[in-house]
Amino acid sequence: MHNVDYEAQMKTEGFHPSLVKGPVGVNMNSLGEADMFGAEPKISARGVNFYYGSKRALNNISIGFQPRRVTAIIGPSGCGKSTFIRLLNRMHELVPGTRLEGEILLDGLDILSPACDPAELRKRVGMVFQKPNPFPKSVFENVAYGLEVNGVTDKRLIEEKVVGSLKKAALWGEIKDRLKDSALGLSGGQQQRLCIARCLAVSPEVILFDEPCASLDPISTGKIEELILELKKDYTIVIVTHNMQQAARVSDRTAFFLMGDLIEEGRTDNIFKAPRDRRTEDYITGRFG
Amino acid sequence: MRIRRIAQKIGFSALAACMAANIIFLGGIIFFIASRGLGAISWEFLTQAPRDSMTAGGVAPALLGTFYLTLGAVVFALPLGVACAVYLTEYSPKGWIVNVLRISINNLAGVPSVVFGLFGLTVFVKYAGFGVSILSGSLTLGILALPVIISASQEALTAVPQSIREASLALGATQWETIRRVVLPAALPGILTGVILSVGRVAGETAPILFTAAAFYVKGYPDSPFSEVMALPYHIYALMTEGTHPVEQTRIAYGSSLILIALVLSVSMLAIFIRARQRKTYHA
Repeated sequence: MHNVDYEAQMKTEGFHPSLVKGPVGVNMNSLGEADMFGAEPKISARGVNFYYGSKRALNNISIGFQPRRVTAIIGPSGCGKSTFIRLLNRMHELVPGTRLEGEILLDGLDILSPACDPAELRKRVGMVFQKPNPFPKSVFENVAYGLEVNGVTDKRLIEEKVVGSLKKAALWGEIKDRLKDSALGLSGGQQQRLCIARCLAVSPEVILFDEPCASLDPISTGKIEELILELKKDYTIVIVTHNMQQAARVSDRTAFFLMGDLIEEGRTDNIFKAPRDRRTEDYITGRFG
Repeated sequence: MRIRRIAQKIGFSALAACMAANIIFLGGIIFFIASRGLGAISWEFLTQAPRDSMTAGGVAPALLGTFYLTLGAVVFALPLGVACAVYLTEYSPKGWIVNVLRISINNLAGVPSVVFGLFGLTVFVKYAGFGVSILSGSLTLGILALPVIISASQEALTAVPQSIREASLALGATQWETIRRVVLPAALPGILTGVILSVGRVAGETAPILFTAAAFYVKGYPDSPFSEVMALPYHIYALMTEGTHPVEQTRIAYGSSLILIALVLSVSMLAIFIRARQRKTYHA
């Protein structure tokens, strides 16, 4: 089954089969790095070190995120996974006294270069946060906001986009009669889906989820996970999660962080069934963290 | 057990007594002024100018003067104060400079108002050449109101959760767009609280307008920002210290006090009303 999946994947990513002749002969299931021969990563980090003041939070991280895939980042609290994901849309710059070394490439271009405008970058690399953070505005205004600040003035276009985004975020049915109500009156799960809709409205290419279900009940969590699986058809998705079952359910690839190091990265089933590193195994079997 | 319960009872009673004392003082002042001032109030009192050497007629010019002065002060101090607070909380690098500025602003709030009056006289009346006028008085009162507005705004801005700033920035908004479209609207109720407090203070101040705006008696109504005006607080002060008909003047002074309190209260009510509506919109 994995073989089939892998070949289909290669085709959709337009990879030339001749280049993988060698590995194809090898037992594919055990080849955790198989995807690395796949498409160019949409966004990737190369040799990233990150410091809070003099304290080093990330050590030499190199990782790529494939388009139309969900990559989960797991690890115990304080391992640097949230710190890392916030580098990918330069949200780390809001914290004074931080320093970043290395390269982060989006479609091959360095997003850390002075020529890259963080506002433009964040339009392309959207983010959904740990706690739902809707604006204290109406449901409609929340979704329209990103369009308005990005210069869309056509009222019909805005309305179209808002409705489309709410539908994509699987919220439209519950909310279509409450567009003018305050977003703060929604339930936690609805608020989080509203935040996802708000993010979709500006048509990002990459969506970063920073523990999106941390404050939600199981039913809301299930809805968000379904949504992530649906969204992966169109977007590159990176999700930080505490919850290993969640990582197993939603992700194609998993990266395990520990104390600022990237210990292991590979196909999710491999990481969970046959981790190569002892520390990964200890973590996923619940021996620490 | 019993001792602890008694201690609790005594504690609660002491708190309730303090609360009651407050209400008695507050109610006392209002009752005192109302009982002496109500007799003087009439339609004529509100709509006519004083006549017969301040022993008859109304306080309309003073009422209007106070209104203009207060309005001018708010128009001047609100944008300036909010802008200053936005800079201090959102833009300026955190560190000792900001702390020094913050302490200075708080100290400014403690400067006696007569000092502001002297400052206004020197800078606005003389140096800028605005003369004794609504403009000079408004600017002086505005400076007096600034610290209150700045610290209330700073508090309101700091109370806006960082998470919604992040949400806005993550959607590709610039910092300025984030402040203008998300942070300021969310902070507005708190900022309005500052305005309420400062309006109350500004409308009732006598010393700052003593040398900069107010006159004991001006014929007719003010017709330009450069007019000298009558103002309620100064009117009360003048009635009680000058003139030759103490009995009639005292009655009018109490009437004026009542009007002044009512004016401040109604402005506050307006701000509270606006704030309540904002809260309803923004906080579910």
